[in-house]
Amino acid sequence: MSAIFLILASIGYLGLLFGIAYFSERLETRNPRLVNNPYTYALSLAVYCTAWTFYGSVGRAAYSGIEFLAIYIGPSLMAPLWYFMLRKIILIVRHQQINSIADFISSRYGKSTFLGGLVTIMALFFIIPYISLQLKAISSSFSLLIDRTSSLGASLDGRSLLGDPAFYAAMILAAFTILFGIRHLETTQKHSGLVAAISFESVIKLFAFWAVGVFVCWGIFESPTQLFEQANSHEEIAALFRFDATATVNPLTWVVLIVLSMATIVCLPRQFHISVIENQNPAHVNKAIWLFPMYLFLINLFVLPIAVGGRLMFSGQGVDADTFVLSLPLLEGQTELAFVVFIGGLSAASSMVIVSVTALSIMSSNNLLMPWLVRTRTVREGLEVDLSDRLIHIRRILTFIIMLLAYVYFITLGQKAPLVSTGLISFVGVAQFAPVILGALYWKDGTKRAATSALLVGFAVWAFTLPFAALADAGVLSEGIHQEGLWGLSILKPYALFGLEGLDPISHATFWSLLLNSLTYLIVSQFSQPSALEQKQANLFVQIHRYIAEPKEATMWRGKAFLRDLKPLLARFLGEERSYQIVQEYSISNGLDLENITEVKAEFVERVETALAGAVGAASARLLIASAVKEETLDASEIMFALDETKEVMQYSKELEEKQAELETTYKQLQQANGRLQAMDQLRNEFLRTVTHELRTPITSIRSMAQIVHENPDLPLSKRAEFLGIVVKESERLSRLINEVLDLEKMEAGHAKMNLQRLDMVEVISTSVERLTPLVQAKNQQLRWKAPNDPIWIMGDRDRMIQVVINLLSNAIKFSPAEKGIVHLELKIRKDQVRFLVRDNGKGISGEALPYIFDKFTQFNSTREQEKGSGLGLSICWRIVYLHQGKIWVESTLGQGASFWVELPHMKNSL
Amino acid sequence: MLNQITKTRVLIVDDEPNIATAIDFLMQQQGYETTVARDGEEALQAIADFQPNLVILDVMMPRKDGLETATAIRQSSAYQDVPIIFLTARDSEQDKLKGYEAGGELYLTKPFDNHDLVAMVNELRVYG
Repeated sequence: MSAIFLILASIGYLGLLFGIAYFSERLETRNPRLVNNPYTYALSLAVYCTAWTFYGSVGRAAYSGIEFLAIYIGPSLMAPLWYFMLRKIILIVRHQQINSIADFISSRYGKSTFLGGLVTIMALFFIIPYISLQLKAISSSFSLLIDRTSSLGASLDGRSLLGDPAFYAAMILAAFTILFGIRHLETTQKHSGLVAAISFESVIKLFAFWAVGVFVCWGIFESPTQLFEQANSHEEIAALFRFDATATVNPLTWVVLIVLSMATIVCLPRQFHISVIENQNPAHVNKAIWLFPMYLFLINLFVLPIAVGGRLMFSGQGVDADTFVLSLPLLEGQTELAFVVFIGGLSAASSMVIVSVTALSIMSSNNLLMPWLVRTRTVREGLEVDLSDRLIHIRRILTFIIMLLAYVYFITLGQKAPLVSTGLISFVGVAQFAPVILGALYWKDGTKRAATSALLVGFAVWAFTLPFAALADAGVLSEGIHQEGLWGLSILKPYALFGLEGLDPISHATFWSLLLNSLTYLIVSQFSQPSALEQKQANLFVQIHRYIAEPKEATMWRGKAFLRDLKPLLARFLGEERSYQIVQEYSISNGLDLENITEVKAEFVERVETALAGAVGAASARLLIASAVKEETLDASEIMFALDETKEVMQYSKELEEKQAELETTYKQLQQANGRLQAMDQLRNEFLRTVTHELRTPITSIRSMAQIVHENPDLPLSKRAEFLGIVVKESERLSRLINEVLDLEKMEAGHAKMNLQRLDMVEVISTSVERLTPLVQAKNQQLRWKAPNDPIWIMGDRDRMIQVVINLLSNAIKFSPAEKGIVHLELKIRKDQVRFLVRDNGKGISGEALPYIFDKFTQFNSTREQEKGSGLGLSICWRIVYLHQGKIWVESTLGQGASFWVELPHMKNSL
Repeated sequence: MLNQITKTRVLIVDDEPNIATAIDFLMQQQGYETTVARDGEEALQAIADFQPNLVILDVMMPRKDGLETATAIRQSSAYQDVPIIFLTARDSEQDKLKGYEAGGELYLTKPFDNHDLVAMVNELRVYG
């Protein structure tokens, strides 16, 4: 096959992925279920099946028989447990805005920066070789397919950087990851394009693999039966699929691999990312429990037939079994099929690379780079610059760095190892996370110190028994280590640690690393004290269901916190707009005036911390908050710890005194609150009486008129029509009134959600004017509105703003005389405020009515209009403007028209 | 007196035009002569011009409310005996008391049954 065709086809395929990712993100706004459904989710989980599955399973099956199945049986056994475990992890991750497995572990163990960094570094060690494995798969399948006689084919021999297909693969995949994996800063926003592309790839690789399987079974051989019959005549091949004493499978190895893969299906950073972080709905797990094992079953169905077929066809030719999938079609001259296989392999490899690199770059930025950046003064104190963009750039640069590292590993060490062993070495490494994660979920007593020690021990044992040993095997390190042990100590032999012999290297490493890791975790936990924060996180993780049911949590901050310290932090890391939203949500839900907030409650500090954690990780968020908030004293549980440790009763009594004083203040505050409540109650009663009165008026007309029509069948038709017309009109008035009362109630109680967004007031007013133009024309009035040329931005709820403008405008139209009425509109920026004026030349408002104009049910003008208002319109306007942190007021002299002013905070263009 | 040989005249005072229209119809159906006023001021004017035998008076009205209007009627020497029916959407005991204090004969809450209103008017016309 010509090199240029293959290159173009590969780029075309990746282009197709781009397209799928792009369009599913676009279409998602119209049809959210496109990506947000359990089938897409289950397919995306199949990112588990990499090039290792695609090429390597056959390779391993060709010499070790059904041993390869173990790493698919593990996840299948694990799947039913997801119902409890994975769902729990998802809940915790949502609650704490966690964005990677490193963040998860760090967050559980007291938001430890060190632990987050450690997990990240370990993950980089485990996963980068694994990524390079995928590059190797792409590159070798490419080399196998291309025609070496052409000049382009000959130049792509991998001897130089620019002649190496793996290098190009690495760079294109990095670009894809950046475009679709690193989109949003906060993890509450999902990368649905990425998930769609990964699911698509899962379909492609399954299809391609089946194509080869069917071809081998029915194309090369007559039927599967014939294939296996032929194999039975070769003793060593037949042993591959036998379970009796002559079987090649070692039962112990099987069990070890099953346990390993059970751990990795949760702990692999890419699995954690796709199954937890990108999960859109915890309920999707329920279907994935059977869909995912089914996928694993389907993709493994033809492994053994292909392996056996390959052994038979290439008997004694020294063809690498890892390439059977590709070389069998080539042997039979099936170039098209080989091409399909190549694309399948590319999809398996690229999906793994994209998701892994996404997860690793988020981990590196949040757990390695951020804690360091946050500690440097420039980031913390140069508060003018918006950092949110820069953070995304950092992640993008990290993506390239990680891909480059994988590539460098590929050209240095990676070429030597077979597909499976590199993968298994990664698996053993990743499984080291399992004990601390299990503990995080189900055991409150695990401490930070224990988790750190356990991970360090596991990491060290892994490093010694696998990569270190492999380097010695490869001759990079002295081979003598295998005979004499490290430093000549016979108990430190990499393949026979502490004298344990007779195991294969993987089982041996798994046994020692997981055993010592878990023991360290359990033992150190018994001998170390958790801090209060650790305890709180432990409770939250283990009992997440209870936390979600009752969101009241013991707060960790008791110091003074000021909005002026927190707001710049938010703006810096999440951007101006998001920051504004968070602050405004707080002010609205607490009924506070934004301008008057100085000190903020602990609950807000926690809200800010969680929001920051979503962007920079729990540990960094913790550091940022600590730098901004002056913490004074500890909370109750931490005080109890202090007592346990030092028995300083003096301090305890001092705390008691403080508590006493605190109680007194609380009591006073309660009394005041009670007084306010009573006053509010009175207001409420008055309001209810007025509402009742207002409701009774239309009901009276309706009842009376209806009764007249009902009891006078011989009423003249014209009278009848008049009276029924009144019934209809009054009914309309009644329902309008009810709607407005409910609307106002909702806003006053703080239940109405303002959907705040950047809003162009020019557009809002123009839209409102358009809607009312017919009314103006009907009364033959003039409406004067000259729209400014440039947009004027505010933060606001569009529908609510239109409601305000229409209300003021229709009042103006209503109270201006027909024929001679002039309604004048104006919009301008004054200082930091947007000012908006509606002026009419109606009869105006009397001086005594002016102060009550925005009160409920003030019908100032006792008009004789056909449509009498409800008396609530201006109250609603006032409330909406208030909820937007703005002001509304009126200027008027009786007989000379009225001017209504609205003032709202201006949003600068610089976002 | 003069009004015994002419038609009974009823003054209807309500700021809600639709309610006034309904009462107006009901009174005319009974064969009474009617006039409608839309607030207290207009009502006092109409009393002088129209010399009603009976007043149906809404309580909550702009400018001069029903209670003030009733007090004014009771204080004038010429019309102090005209029977007054209060019509109101307020129905607490306190509100009723206020009505009787201001000099109302009867008190009817909105929304009302047409028959009740007619019965009240007829009763006052006979005995008032």
